[in-house]
Amino acid sequence: MSTEVSEPASKVDLAPGASGSGEIPQFDITLRVRRYDPEVSEEAYWEDFELTMYGTDRVLDALHKVKWEIDGSLSFRRSCAHGVCGSDAMRINGRNRLACKTLLKDLDTAKPITVEAIKGLPVEKDLIVDMEPFFQSYREIMPFLVAKGHEPSAERYQSPEDRERYDDTTKCILCAACTSSCPVFWTDGQYFGPAAIVNAHRFIFDSRDDAGDMRLEILNDKEGVWRCRTTFNCSEACPRGIQVTKAIAEVKQAVLTRSI
Amino acid sequence: MAATTEFVPPRSGRIDAKYNRVPGRKGNFEMLAWLFMRISGVFLVVLIFGHLITNLLVGDGINGLDFGFVAGKWADPFWQFWDLAMLWLAMLHGTNGVRTIINDYADKDRTRFWLKGILYFATIVIITLGTLVIFTFDPCIPGSPLEICK
Repeated sequence: MSTEVSEPASKVDLAPGASGSGEIPQFDITLRVRRYDPEVSEEAYWEDFELTMYGTDRVLDALHKVKWEIDGSLSFRRSCAHGVCGSDAMRINGRNRLACKTLLKDLDTAKPITVEAIKGLPVEKDLIVDMEPFFQSYREIMPFLVAKGHEPSAERYQSPEDRERYDDTTKCILCAACTSSCPVFWTDGQYFGPAAIVNAHRFIFDSRDDAGDMRLEILNDKEGVWRCRTTFNCSEACPRGIQVTKAIAEVKQAVLTRSI
Repeated sequence: MAATTEFVPPRSGRIDAKYNRVPGRKGNFEMLAWLFMRISGVFLVVLIFGHLITNLLVGDGINGLDFGFVAGKWADPFWQFWDLAMLWLAMLHGTNGVRTIINDYADKDRTRFWLKGILYFATIVIITLGTLVIFTFDPCIPGSPLEICK
């Protein structure tokens, strides 16, 4: 970004008309949203919204614009709106992403932008799905520290190398983008799913944890790690850039070495 | 008042029954199946390319392939064992592959049951027949021009 001219120290000094930030480009988009309202109809349908958006807007801003200015009945989840809470995972142009991290200008604005609920989980209304099955799998792998022995009187030490071992999988925000992008999960929802395995990985490879064996036993299930077909959909979908498929492979390896 | 539609409020503790995992049998079957696929895969690469090279490239190549050629190969225990290993590994490797595909794509338990039933039946028939042929093969069919039959 060396071509950019640095802004003056104080904006008060700006000459009238000379805008330091420049005009933000505007463009028109068509937002095509998958609507579903069981109180009205059992059928889901596509609805188009024509919007004028700014170059700095995200898909979430477009959804806000629809909800606040056009159709208040549009339902979707969002909390922090800044890619941290993981509430607004949805299928945008056929790919699982966070609406709050997807800039409109990065999508093809010449075509309608499709937005639908994530797949494989029961849709409740519009873009909201029932996350319970997802969290049920998450709870089953015991996503908490289990340490043997007495309560320590000081903190539990861990070397930077040991911490590094599972660093990647600590980044998970439980948005379900990975699990709901997995074709094996789509079939019958029985598979534990990438997110549960990622969170198991986070504790299995934590040197302070003592329940790794139990978690490996849980994931050695017929619906566990062995149902992974390494299609890499999960790694591609993860908004946090976690190497999900790699983590699953490491858990597979751990189950294998434990048994042999 | 008009008839209201049945509506279950969200997160009322219910989970669609299809998501509830039935506790599976304990054991390492899936792990061993996964491991078998990798190991048999490596062996099959050697076995199949060996088979293709000896049958299609060495000597007269594809033109030398006839009943007598196969008879000659199966007179040798080495090739008997080679073909037997190839048959068993390829069949089990393929069957397990199709089994996973059925598991992944059939969404009803009934469909799964029947598809797998047909699959296992076909596998058993082919393996039994193939094994039988390799071990009971008699090159001397009536009117055989082969040397050893005279």
